Amino acid sequence: MSVRLVWRKAVNAVMLGLTGVCALITVGVLGVILGYLAWHGGRDINWNFFTKLPAPVGEAGGGMANAIVGSAKLLVVASLFGIPIGLLSGVYLAEFGGRWYSFFVRYATDLLNGVPSIVIGIFAYAVVVVPRHQFSTLAGGFALGIMMIPIAVRSAEEFLRAVPSSLREAAMALGASRWRTVATVVIPAALQGIIGGIMLDLARVAGETAPLLFTAFNNLYWSPGWNQPTASLPVLIYTYAISPYDDWHRQAWAAGLVLLALVLAANIITRLMLSRRGAARGA
Amino acid sequence: MRFTGTWRTILAVLLVVGGAKAQSAVLINAAGSTFGYPIYSKWFSEYHKLHPNVQINYASIGSGGGIAQLTSHTVDWGASDGPMTDQQLSAAGFTILHFPTVLGGVMPFYNIPGVNAELKFTPKALAGIYLGRVTRWNDPEIASANPGVNLPATDIVVIHRSDGSGTTYIWTDFLSKVSPEWKSRVGTSTSVRWPVGLGGKGSEGVTGLVKQTPGAIGYVELIYALSNRIPYGDVQNPAGVFVKATIESVSAAAAGAARNMPADFRVSITNAPGKSSYPISSFTWFLIPAKISDAAKRQATKEFLTWMLMQGQAYAAGLAYAPLPHPVVLQEEKDIARIQ
Amino acid sequence: MSNAIQTAGSVAPSHEGPRAWLRRFVSGDEVAHIVTLLFASTILAITGLLVLQLWTNSRLSRVQSGWHFFFMQTWDPVFEHFGALPFLYGTVVTTVVALVISVPLGLGAAIYLAELAPRKISDVLAFLVDLLAAVPSVIYGLLGIFLVIPLMREVIEPFLKRTMGFLPIFQGPAYGIGLLTGGLVLAIMIVPFIVSISREVLLVVPREQREAAMSLGATRWEATWHVVVPYARGGIFGSIFLAMARALGETMAVTMVIGNDPRIAASLFSPGYTIAAVIANEFSEATYPLYINALVELGLVLFLLTFVLNGLARLLILATEQRGVAHS
Repeated sequence: MSVRLVWRKAVNAVMLGLTGVCALITVGVLGVILGYLAWHGGRDINWNFFTKLPAPVGEAGGGMANAIVGSAKLLVVASLFGIPIGLLSGVYLAEFGGRWYSFFVRYATDLLNGVPSIVIGIFAYAVVVVPRHQFSTLAGGFALGIMMIPIAVRSAEEFLRAVPSSLREAAMALGASRWRTVATVVIPAALQGIIGGIMLDLARVAGETAPLLFTAFNNLYWSPGWNQPTASLPVLIYTYAISPYDDWHRQAWAAGLVLLALVLAANIITRLMLSRRGAARGA
Repeated sequence: MRFTGTWRTILAVLLVVGGAKAQSAVLINAAGSTFGYPIYSKWFSEYHKLHPNVQINYASIGSGGGIAQLTSHTVDWGASDGPMTDQQLSAAGFTILHFPTVLGGVMPFYNIPGVNAELKFTPKALAGIYLGRVTRWNDPEIASANPGVNLPATDIVVIHRSDGSGTTYIWTDFLSKVSPEWKSRVGTSTSVRWPVGLGGKGSEGVTGLVKQTPGAIGYVELIYALSNRIPYGDVQNPAGVFVKATIESVSAAAAGAARNMPADFRVSITNAPGKSSYPISSFTWFLIPAKISDAAKRQATKEFLTWMLMQGQAYAAGLAYAPLPHPVVLQEEKDIARIQ
Repeated sequence: MSNAIQTAGSVAPSHEGPRAWLRRFVSGDEVAHIVTLLFASTILAITGLLVLQLWTNSRLSRVQSGWHFFFMQTWDPVFEHFGALPFLYGTVVTTVVALVISVPLGLGAAIYLAELAPRKISDVLAFLVDLLAAVPSVIYGLLGIFLVIPLMREVIEPFLKRTMGFLPIFQGPAYGIGLLTGGLVLAIMIVPFIVSISREVLLVVPREQREAAMSLGATRWEATWHVVVPYARGGIFGSIFLAMARALGETMAVTMVIGNDPRIAASLFSPGYTIAAVIANEFSEATYPLYINALVELGLVLFLLTFVLNGLARLLILATEQRGVAHS
């Protein structure tokens, strides 16, 4: 056994150990954050939280039902706008793209991802709110939708590319046209990864405050339809967190916990539906 | 993709939620001051209980945002911690009335290891500290006002607000009135170029930094200090008295200023006369168009303002805001008639 | 747009006639191509529109200060002096610090999750890491104040001073607030993006790649580092790009811990300020047109900075890839 081999084995052990430490740190950070949230907000979560409107400071029994529904509506609009653009652009980049045009699209995507969320908010304000003289769920969803595009594009492209070319070639050899191959073989093969990317994407925009202030505005009551100002969890968390009252601070922590729980729920539901579909397909 | 049962249910729920009809006849949107948000949401909620057909909605997007939204006709009312300037009023293109709603005060607080006493600050000391002229806690400027307190020879770490805020406006307005050097070098604004110090975001940012940094001094609103039980110092007013900021002493400053209140209420009441006046105080305002074409909205606006000046003021002290003094209420009630 | 169609058309061999094109059109290939192209073009359109908005709404400031905007160190809303340099500096420094911390950490975690952990556990952990992305940034900021700042002031900064205090970047008083803390909080925020996407990309690297390397006598680490990671390089770089862009544009959390002082200092312990933070801090209270225009111009500057940094990063990748080719 040469010195070199011992050295290589040592490097192997150390580096693998280090990756474990990295994973531990990353997950540990989450543990700290969740623990902190649960510690500060857990006591304040009760049934009212999900059924009642916010109460003014000092009154017991308030909830944030309108903000929860508002956030859900905003995310629906954002998904309807952002996911198709992101996904199909990803398909374009991975399957059809010409060299230069793809380069521009990728570059633009990265630029879009670096625009501070407040600037996206100002942009959505200028192109949606000002012409209509109306803050609305649609305007807020539009802003969040723009923010969703970059990650959706990136994850779609990466996972489509990662599909082994043998799979593609097999389908083409059977006489399928290119788009059929993509639609029936490549996309299903990459779907798991893409959905993962989109869940990450939704999680990211679900917690954004700045793009909503000037677009979705706020609502102390229920927001009817899609064309009225609406409350949302991040805006509520923000206004409560910067308020001077202890009462509201605790509600802000609790709302943070609820937001995480909702993202978690959305994530689990999607994955369950996906695996059920996958099982049905396999049968 | 086929619509499975789950999807259909989700869609149905969304349609029901989305399609719910508005039940109220009058819907008013207002936006602006973050400082006023707690009491405004309280008022609007109480008023909605009394008049179920009136829904007043509020978003705390900042005073600058409130002014901008009002002038671009996206909201019905604005709310601001500072009065609009002449330039802003003429740029708006329509007449805007100012209605003071409640009052706030701003006070210095500090973290000096080993010192638990309530320090007294002269205006000169505060200006000196924030200009970077007074750099140690045992500086004569501070020590002479605090006989008997054993001040250490440690460095002062200055903390200020980094986000544009009405609090900073009031603080710098006060410093500009008491220090010519501050006025010419720094000036009055919601954000300024600070000669020294670190910036904390929001009141909790400033409080967090001061609490954690030995030798730090910061400033924070009365409402924040009272609800979070933060100990703070007294400030000397123009009558030469060291006054502790309280709900009463802030209201007293408004009463002191009421004698020469301008007709449009655009007034700074920092360094106001009166023995019991706390010198770093200010109004916060509703900004309301003088002409409201929708009759129902106009009616609701006038009725709400009347209610706010009478019953509404009673909620102020409970939330640690200072209520308006009586002469100001009387003057404002006359002004409601100007809304056409 | 015409340019786009032309470029897209150039994918097909140039000698084919209209008949072949029609055949592909009928078979759906060309339709799919055009549809996806249109969607990809909306990204360019949105980005273009955004730049246009930034450009027109910063006119006053551009006219008044011109190129000086980039080099002036003063930011004074009262006396109407607007210079972007300290913000540029703070943005670049915090982003670099964030990447230096988060890239090794995220990549390490991704390798562990993809290569070592059992699949079930890995899925659960990866999913938890995704959740980190959903924590509203104001909460990261509050945690930064209450947990990170004391930790930095009492433990990390004194330690760095003791061990590497001879470097100018680790000198000066340690308040616990500053560029280093800002970078650290940013690093925590962007790690999920690196872990999540890198892990997925590593997972889809074909099994044979690893097995071939290991059957040739490579240790597990060597197989991972020299075969699997390079195979997944594209996706890993992609995730780093996403993370970098996110770091550049992050506001709320950074501004809570960075000190918000527009000054340029060599030490990472000293307070700084970032472009995104100053926009978020001052926009909603900005009162006069020139002030608002200057803030919008800062948005434009951030856009340009992202543009340049992205370009540099791409060149770097290109260079390493070229070297890799020369090597083999």
